[in-house]
Amino acid sequence: MSFISTIYAYVFYFAAFVLVAGLAAKVVQYARAPAPLKIPTTPAPTTRAGVVFRLTREVVFFESLFRGNKWIWIFGWMFHFGLFLVTLRHLRYFIEPVWAPIQFIQPFGIYGGIAMVVGLAGLWARRFLVDRVRYITSLSDHLILALLITIGLSGLAMQFLAHTDVIRVKEFFQGLYVGQIMLLPADPLLLLHLLLVAALMIIFPYSKLLHMPGLFFSPSRNQVDNPRERRHVAGWARRLEQSQ
Amino acid sequence: MAKADFEVPVLKQYPEIPEIEPGVMAHSSPFKSKEEFQAPLGYPGTLVDDWQEKAIDKMGELLGRYRGLRVYLDSCVKCGSCTDKCHYYLGTHDPKNMPVGRQDLMRKVYRRYFTLAGKYFPKLVGAEDFTEEVLNDWYSYFHQCSQCRRCSVFCPYGIDTAEISMAAREIMDHIGVGQKYCNEIIGKVYKIGNNLGLPGPALEDTLEGLEEDVYDDTGVEVKYPLDQEGAEILLITPSADFFAEPHVDGLIGYGKVFHEAGVSWTLSSHASEAANFGMFIGSYENMRRVALRIREAAIKLGVKRIVFGECGHAWRVAYSFLNTLAGPWDFLDQRYPIPQHICEFTYDLIQQGKLRFDKSQNDDMVLTYHDSCNVSRASRMGDRPGGQFDIPRAIIRATCNNFYDMDEDTIRDRTFCCGGGGGLLTDDLMEIRVKGAQPRVEALNNVMQEKGVTHMAAICAICKSQFTKVLPYYGMDMDQIVSVHQLVSNALILTGQNTDEDEEEVADEAA
Ligand code: HEM
Ligand code: SF4
Ligand code: SF4
Repeated sequence: MSFISTIYAYVFYFAAFVLVAGLAAKVVQYARAPAPLKIPTTPAPTTRAGVVFRLTREVVFFESLFRGNKWIWIFGWMFHFGLFLVTLRHLRYFIEPVWAPIQFIQPFGIYGGIAMVVGLAGLWARRFLVDRVRYITSLSDHLILALLITIGLSGLAMQFLAHTDVIRVKEFFQGLYVGQIMLLPADPLLLLHLLLVAALMIIFPYSKLLHMPGLFFSPSRNQVDNPRERRHVAGWARRLEQSQ
Repeated sequence: MAKADFEVPVLKQYPEIPEIEPGVMAHSSPFKSKEEFQAPLGYPGTLVDDWQEKAIDKMGELLGRYRGLRVYLDSCVKCGSCTDKCHYYLGTHDPKNMPVGRQDLMRKVYRRYFTLAGKYFPKLVGAEDFTEEVLNDWYSYFHQCSQCRRCSVFCPYGIDTAEISMAAREIMDHIGVGQKYCNEIIGKVYKIGNNLGLPGPALEDTLEGLEEDVYDDTGVEVKYPLDQEGAEILLITPSADFFAEPHVDGLIGYGKVFHEAGVSWTLSSHASEAANFGMFIGSYENMRRVALRIREAAIKLGVKRIVFGECGHAWRVAYSFLNTLAGPWDFLDQRYPIPQHICEFTYDLIQQGKLRFDKSQNDDMVLTYHDSCNVSRASRMGDRPGGQFDIPRAIIRATCNNFYDMDEDTIRDRTFCCGGGGGLLTDDLMEIRVKGAQPRVEALNNVMQEKGVTHMAAICAICKSQFTKVLPYYGMDMDQIVSVHQLVSNALILTGQNTDEDEEEVADEAA
């Protein structure tokens, strides 16, 4: 059994490395590329604080999506808010002692898990039912939904059908912090759940999941509307001015 | 009704989202540019030998130059929110005219050459080699995007297909696949000073003619000066304003407003064009070169302020980019916005009570207002976000008795493009222009039925030209489209003007 634990330990080290390094590389790439012209979608805020407020509304409420399509919004928001609660709930495996707010949301995390699966199912159904969405869907779009829904379902199954020894799961992850490989319960559901989560972490920086950092770097959303007041010359564009 | 060799869409009472019909617009492509139009812009004249490699290199360069491009290509989750937002999709039903469908034409190439997933698992993520077939699709469908940004309003990440179309056109220009219409016009600006190629003497004639017309009409000597050094304001206006209806009525209006304001102003023959097609072809360098003419004119004429006439994309370039491209404007009067829109100028005067109107002069019309895309979603007027919607409407309300807005889903930042923006205003693209106008014309038709609207006002030269051309295809009249400053011109009472009553008195005396 320790053989499986060892493999999982290395898989998670690798996944965590890919996730962090990959995302960091992407964020650096985005941050480095200049945005040479002011292109916020207007009406846009005229102050930095206003931009923070706009982005907050996008992250928390999916404001633009709400204006665009109510069905996608309902399912998409259910899925993401569910995922958010589930993630918070899972923090109990990764921190010791567990903070009070995390203890408090534990039961809500379960509802979150259900909301997440329902939301994902709705989003997936659209990919078959709406001809426009079917047209733009590629295999990877189906696979990511399958991945997330399987993660959700295997998690819920451990909650409602076949419990696993969560104390030992926590010991396993706590052990990873200090380079110790503790024994992982060898329940098939748990192993499936964890393997898929590792897969999710690995594909994150190389897939459309980049929408998460992307939103914060989107010039049409994160720019202040003040071009008449301030010049906004990118480095490469300044060289054009000098070469004259 | 104008004759068409394609099917003109039927106007419905309630908008419908069509089912997809793949490939139905694949045949639509604008005329290709030639050596003589490519060279002045610094582009090769025909498809270069190693075009594929060159194109990928250029794409790599643009990815490093424009953060937006990379973020947009990476971030799309294929949610579908944008799929029914583009007027070209609604009018043609071609799924490659769905914003995400259009983006995917570039995204599949981006993924193939610039992402791990696309290099190793192309099938999985829909990545494709940049083949000649793909290039043909690019040329066709990136010239079926008016860069109106409606899609970016509804995308959860603000993905702006306009940016992607611009980048695609820039890449194509660099391998020798340019569009004749835009590139020929930019060449004219470099050579003569404006899109229409009107030389200085022709402008002078036209302006003299306007002065005479206004004098005959009102008995007031309103001046339309050209190249007058030392004037306070430099007016930059689209060259269509110099001769075409209804544009020229707008120009007459600007002159009357300046006259009443008591400021000196001038046009410039060197910068006799507000339009900047450099934006349409996504070329920072060409856009900058066109914009610099305005700087040169402002310095030469020694003006203190710059005001822009009614033009949509020109206002985007002016408001959003001019300071960046051709600034700093430290030699101008800093108490006024640089640059200022003619609507801001007129609106300020109205607020100060400096203009007197006889609204009944516009009683022969029931108006609605078309928000132009670039004004609505890529710029601002006044101090507050949304001023670009309120200020033109305030001017119309101050000058007309009868005004009704179109359906809320089709105005302000959700406005539908006229169908002719973004460098598509050319006869070789008539089919896409007519079909793309459908959502706008449908909304217009509905207020015509419900409110008895007779005319639609706009503040964009492209919108005005486009509607003049396409409204007849829908059984409407070309002169149903009017300039906002035409309304101002009709209603404005000039100081010392012969009013109708004066004329009656004269008639009485004669009797
Ligand atoms: C700042 C955080 C995030 C924001 C604002 C955000 C926002 C969105 C929005 C607006 C959509 C489109 C609507 C929809 O299809 O649900 C979406 C789609 C999606 N998001 Fe996120 N997201 C975030 C983080 C994440 C994370 C952490 C994951 C996964 C681990 C994720 C996975 C997905 C997936 C798979 C889709 C596509 C759903 C489909 O195929 O229809 N998102 N996201
Ligand atoms: S910018 Fe306008 S024309 Fe282009 S894809 Fe978006 S909605 Fe369509
Ligand atoms: S709305 Fe944005 S994220 Fe959704 S499919 Fe369109 S471009 Fe992609």
